[in-house]
Amino acid sequence: MYSYVFDGSFEGLLCAVFNWFERKPGLVKLQTAAAFQPDAFTPCLHIVNEREKADRVWKGLQAHLSKSSIRKFYCTYLSELDEGYTSLFEFACYLFTAGAEIEKNYGNPHVLALSQIAKKVEREKHRMEAFIRFQQNADGVYYCGIDPDFNVLPLIVKHFKDRYADQQWIIYDIKRDYGLFYDLEKVEEIQIDFKQQPGMKGISNPVLAEKESLYAVLWKDYFKSTNIQARKNTKLHVQHVPKRYWKYLTEKQADQD
Amino acid sequence: MSERLREKLNILADAAKYDVSCSSSGGNRKNDNKGLGDSHASGICHTYTEDGRCVSLLKILLTNHCIFDCAYCVSRKSNDIERAAFTVEEVVELTMNFYRRNYIEGLFLSSGIFKNADFTMERLLRVVKKLRLEERFNGYIHLKTIPGASEELIMEAGLYADRMSINLEMPTESGLKLLAPEKSHQQVIQPLNFVRNQIVQFKEERKLIKSTPKFVSAGQSTQMVIGATPETDQEIMQTADTFYRNFSLKRVYYSGYIPISNDSRLPMLGSQPPLIRENRLYQTDWLMRFYGFHVNELLNDANPHLDIDIDPKLSWALRNLQHFPVDINVAAYKVILRIPGIGVTSAKKIVQARKFGKLRIDQLKKIGVAYNRAKYFIQCADSPYQLKDYQGNQIKSFIQAESQSKYLKYDTSQLILF
Repeated sequence: MYSYVFDGSFEGLLCAVFNWFERKPGLVKLQTAAAFQPDAFTPCLHIVNEREKADRVWKGLQAHLSKSSIRKFYCTYLSELDEGYTSLFEFACYLFTAGAEIEKNYGNPHVLALSQIAKKVEREKHRMEAFIRFQQNADGVYYCGIDPDFNVLPLIVKHFKDRYADQQWIIYDIKRDYGLFYDLEKVEEIQIDFKQQPGMKGISNPVLAEKESLYAVLWKDYFKSTNIQARKNTKLHVQHVPKRYWKYLTEKQADQD
Repeated sequence: MSERLREKLNILADAAKYDVSCSSSGGNRKNDNKGLGDSHASGICHTYTEDGRCVSLLKILLTNHCIFDCAYCVSRKSNDIERAAFTVEEVVELTMNFYRRNYIEGLFLSSGIFKNADFTMERLLRVVKKLRLEERFNGYIHLKTIPGASEELIMEAGLYADRMSINLEMPTESGLKLLAPEKSHQQVIQPLNFVRNQIVQFKEERKLIKSTPKFVSAGQSTQMVIGATPETDQEIMQTADTFYRNFSLKRVYYSGYIPISNDSRLPMLGSQPPLIRENRLYQTDWLMRFYGFHVNELLNDANPHLDIDIDPKLSWALRNLQHFPVDINVAAYKVILRIPGIGVTSAKKIVQARKFGKLRIDQLKKIGVAYNRAKYFIQCADSPYQLKDYQGNQIKSFIQAESQSKYLKYDTSQLILF
């Protein structure tokens, strides 16, 4: 048994797969450098990132897998889960050994794990599309800060770019400290130094546009009026809108007036 | 100004909430004019109310003034409630600003009938036209067809709306006559039929001329109130089935009647809405649309009502034990789909995965099959050999003993006396 240690990047992961085929070391445990615990009995190998090798593996994956499986592969990577990395590694090795058709072998734990983790990531992506609430600030930009469970920003770019094509917006991942800014032409990756702009930390935006609070109030009113008291079902409500997302939701914030 | 707007929004959202439909799926309008909004094929629920229903559209009435006096409706003429009406500009402004903040997927616009059908429909049309043409809004618009409106107006509205709907209100003609003598099913069928034909025609034309505009691209839906009049589940689902087949509807919604009036023809104020029954009807609806069941298999003269304590699929399986057990390693997809505890996703996965070797119990569990339920109906590679043949009611009690249904465990429905 071998321990493979990689830096957590996509390139590193693909290089690990390349390395496995180059050296054929048998059973391998893949870990990220951050989570790596040295072990007295297993030799370890630090994966060196090389662009050409990663490209070769990526091309191989694209040649063998259907479009939906490629998407699952990428989503699983974005989950940033240790077991996700392991499954990706095992899946890729299994794929290149056994051939293209195994992508549907849900009896295999790694194939199944890929589809299940990808589903979690897609769900988080969908929740972000649903639960992000923009607030317009004084200079007209719509802002929202988020801290999603998985790194879903790359997945939601297209959705927001297509949808809000005529307004400037920022979606900022507070946990991973990077965000997206759309300037009416293209989407750029940005980093905000919150120390420079005191008060602008977090989910909500302190420098609001004039009418912002009016629409927030109207929306809260609407949310209350559209509820049917006789059918109250708190369990179902919380199931659909888990409590950890309430901090984003305008309608769930206490009234200020 | 904003105080009055708040008041109006409260009144008109409150009056619109009994319309169940809130789906925003099926739209395929693209943001190709650099305007605002782009549809999402599967729709997005932006939040959920405390009763657990999804909020995806801004669902409001243009006005709750109404010339009709339907007993089941809050906005009926004889009801003493506050009345209000939005202006076209107010609806447009609300929609645009809610959409910009990612609160909603679009607009669901309905209205009480004031003056006459055409006058009302024309107002609705003005709102959608302003949104689409002046504001370049590409979000989802669900528009009510007003019964009795002229075909020209419906035709024009269809060019701007993604979905149109018109409510059946009561599952049977006799029920409708009882509560709303001024209305009839025929008034609903006519516009449904007209829009259906137009959709087909536009689709045909699109095949030849690509620039043909879209017409009600997300299809039509309807809604029935259940529990207000004494229809059986069989009658309800048969009506639904007929409408699905004849008018290629996307959805039929079932809305459990919530007591809102003291009318002697209706359930008393304060009585519980029939939530479980509503749930069972939706399950039946899904079985008809996605699981290949025919309505007569689930509901027939011998079983005019759905079981309250178990779901309709299990109930069907228990009545038809001759089809089971099914060997999931060889059975056809359609047959696997009929096993209680296996849904569409699991059935598809099973059919894919068994090409690589016979499936075992542990694999089925991982794939997502509700094994405790399915085990009485399936055979797989390592199913324990079973000598005994259980009766339907025995299996039912095993399953109920293990399951944690959110509903009643034991059927307490009223016995039939005569």
